[in-house]
Amino acid sequence: MHANPVADPAARFTGSNATGHSCAQSVPAADAAPALTLRDVTVAYHDRVVLRDVSLQLAVGRVTALLGPSGCGKSSLLQCCNRLSDLIDGCRVQGNIRVFGEDILAAACDLRRLRKRVGMIFQKANPFPLSIRRNIELPLIEHGVRDAQQRDHIMEKVLRDVGLWQEVRDRLQAPAQSLSGGQQQRLCIARALALAPDILLMDEPCSALDPIAGGRIEELIGELRGRYSIVLVTHNLFQARRVADDVALLWPMPDGSRLLEFAPRETIFSAPQHELTGLYLRGAMG
Amino acid sequence: MIRSLRQRPWSDSLLALACTGAALLLAGIFFFLLWDLVRPGIGGLSWQFVSTLPAAAGRDGGIAPVIVSTLLILGVCLALSVPVALGTAIFLAQQQRGLPWAAWTRRSLDLLAAVPSVVFGLFGAVVFCELLGLGYSIAAGGLTLACMVLPFMIRAAEDGLRAVPREYHLAANALGLSQYRLLGAVILPAAAPALLAALVLAIARALAETAALLFTSGYVLRMPSSLFDSGRTLSVHIYDLAMNVNGGERNAYRSALVLLVLLLLINTATHTLSRCLSGKARI
Amino acid sequence: MISSSPSTSSPWSIDLLLRCWQRLAAAVAGGVLLLLVAYLIAESLPALMRIGPLALLTDPSWHPLEGSFALLPMVMASVGIALLAMALALPLGLAIALFLTVYAGRRLRAIYVAMLELLAGIPSVILGFWGLVALVPVIARWQAPGTSLLAAALVLALMITPTIALLSHLVLRQAAQTHALTTAALALSHYAHIFRVVLPVAMPALASTALLALGRALGETMVVLMVAGNVVQFPASLTTPVRSLTANIALEMAYARQEHRSALFVSGLVLLLVAGGLYFLIARLQRGDKEQAPVESAA
Ligand SMILES: Nc1ncnc2c1ncn2[C@@H]1O[C@H](COP(=O)(O)OP(=O)(O)OP(=O)(O)O)[C@@H](O)[C@H]1O
Ligand SMILES: [Mg+2]
Repeated sequence: MHANPVADPAARFTGSNATGHSCAQSVPAADAAPALTLRDVTVAYHDRVVLRDVSLQLAVGRVTALLGPSGCGKSSLLQCCNRLSDLIDGCRVQGNIRVFGEDILAAACDLRRLRKRVGMIFQKANPFPLSIRRNIELPLIEHGVRDAQQRDHIMEKVLRDVGLWQEVRDRLQAPAQSLSGGQQQRLCIARALALAPDILLMDEPCSALDPIAGGRIEELIGELRGRYSIVLVTHNLFQARRVADDVALLWPMPDGSRLLEFAPRETIFSAPQHELTGLYLRGAMG
Repeated sequence: MIRSLRQRPWSDSLLALACTGAALLLAGIFFFLLWDLVRPGIGGLSWQFVSTLPAAAGRDGGIAPVIVSTLLILGVCLALSVPVALGTAIFLAQQQRGLPWAAWTRRSLDLLAAVPSVVFGLFGAVVFCELLGLGYSIAAGGLTLACMVLPFMIRAAEDGLRAVPREYHLAANALGLSQYRLLGAVILPAAAPALLAALVLAIARALAETAALLFTSGYVLRMPSSLFDSGRTLSVHIYDLAMNVNGGERNAYRSALVLLVLLLLINTATHTLSRCLSGKARI
Repeated sequence: MISSSPSTSSPWSIDLLLRCWQRLAAAVAGGVLLLLVAYLIAESLPALMRIGPLALLTDPSWHPLEGSFALLPMVMASVGIALLAMALALPLGLAIALFLTVYAGRRLRAIYVAMLELLAGIPSVILGFWGLVALVPVIARWQAPGTSLLAAALVLALMITPTIALLSHLVLRQAAQTHALTTAALALSHYAHIFRVVLPVAMPALASTALLALGRALGETMVVLMVAGNVVQFPASLTTPVRSLTANIALEMAYARQEHRSALFVSGLVLLLVAGGLYFLIARLQRGDKEQAPVESAA
């Protein structure tokens, strides 16, 4: 097991290393336990297989870009990793997914704990129709941070992390919906960070935003690198090149998409193993 | 709306004439009806009428026991139907359309909504009055009404809950929130105006109902001393004065006016309240 | 240090309670119909067994205390009243819906719709009362006693017209909006737009609206009870006083015993079957018409 698999939010933020906010996992050792392991994962909707035999190992603290043509099952793959797939009618997941060694597809898996450890950011920002403060408080209360001062402390910390603190410190009671699209998305990231997750799944977090707001999010991902293990779905190859440490490419096949290639960024962009990878990465880049 | 550039053919004008005529006709009837109902009743309408006991089988005096019975029957009806309707609506709104037993429940409710109210009366007379041994009573009447308003309440509440964006569900689940928290903090507040509307719909139906109550809650005009006493609602009172009491018309007019005003008040109050609620959710 | 482990009163145990409550509620709500059908059948059985379904139709008259149980005149009265009411309300309601969709400006439409909603919200007992004091005397001047099939049909028509108009307006507006650009591009006249495009497209939905209204007319008790006259006889003319199935139940349920009571439940069962049949038809119409928004079940 990993050294600190389920840091409770309070401990994570108020502990001895609160100032640095970087835990032992910031510098991944080559032989550290992988954050996320997928083995032969097959996903089907109503018996139509959309993903077949995907195997991946994501190292701790790295940003992995998940690429692939539209409809090849990138979102589906992400949803398996925090069992959001449970909510989708007719969705079946086979294979083996481990978060820090723990089998999350097992029936005994504590979903609440899993979803606290594996945060998710959606394409469209989805803050609750409540105040900014309440949006961050709600998950904290749910996960047992009873002390209001502690919650305020965490809130300030994560809002600073996403660069929103200066913008909203005076209007925390304002409804979240009054923020701009980019601010809402950063609020959602802050909300996920408040639970001190180990892994962040980001499903095209910038694609609904204008380039400047998207750029802020991208910078933010760069800043979060090392502290969180991040899976980033994106259609923007420049973005992948800028922020990703590793790149995974899914490719649609007649019987369901497969993982075509998975390699560090430098390798995959300069010397792809697979001909299709090269074509996709070059062709799409013009 | 489209205005063709060509000159209108004569059939166009004829159609316009017919439709406008129909609209005028119904509007005319409506205002005539309103005038006809309000004019004779408005004079005798006073606080005293609502708060005093009836005399001479309702011919004279007020309608205090009728108001009390109405409120009690309404209370019993809502106390039973609201928890059931809300639970069912939440259950159905969560289910994907395909699930067989959710679909079955929905279909049976749609059919229940089509059942004539007098049939509910028969059902209530057997099950609540006889089987449960409640006899002609406010409790039996309230139970019968609860069954009757259930499908309307559920349908309206479910629609309201479904209108809450699915993103909130996804966000809440991705954060590991419990259903309790999701419902309490996000879904129910967001759906509050629709839920309120569902409640009002049910109240309006219950207040307007007569046939289902004639042989479940009975006719008795006395002030009820418990839920197991018989009691008549405003609408039953109107029916009885109009049909069975010679010279009861004067008070029937007044009671009808009271009922109309009651319905209008409830509607206006909820419109205002729901505007406040949805305003708060938006700000 | 604050622990993050869930305590005993954690929302997750409340969740379990919540789930139980929802399931239980759904079971209760779904069970009402089952119970209703079951008890109606059970209570009807004595009449169906001892009197026999045929005798219920062919007996010479309705004298339940003397063992004569003819439901047929009342069935005919119910059907006659409902059909006449529909014949009046359907054209009127449709014309008003057209008026709202095509001719009325936005302000006028909003006002008129509010008026229709008010009218639709008037309790039927008040409509019945109004029919009794305002309409019946007028008819009586022409043909005594005034309480009659015609009076019931007129008041019933007034009762269902707002519903028909409101629902049809919804349907037509949607059809008109989806096809507005096409017909404009083809430079069709108003008349052609409405009659060649909008009405045919909206026809299935309009039909289910009409069936819904028919169901309400057949099931209505108070109006019919108050203005139709309540004499058990075949409707020979418009001004005959008649008694409907629903009114019969309301009139006699309080004192009916044994077979008599059971015969009333048979009429309840008949009403239930009619409602079920109409519901089935509406469901089929709506299924065959998936693109259109489903019409709300009753308003
Ligand atoms: N709820 C669902 N029911 C049935 N099929 C689905 C469902 N969700 C997705 N699919 C199918 O699964 C496949 C993969 O969808 P997914 O959304 O995972 O693709 P994606 O790679 O995220 O696409 P995009 O880049 O456009 O977001 C698609 O072919 C889609 O039609
Ligand atoms: Mg996607």
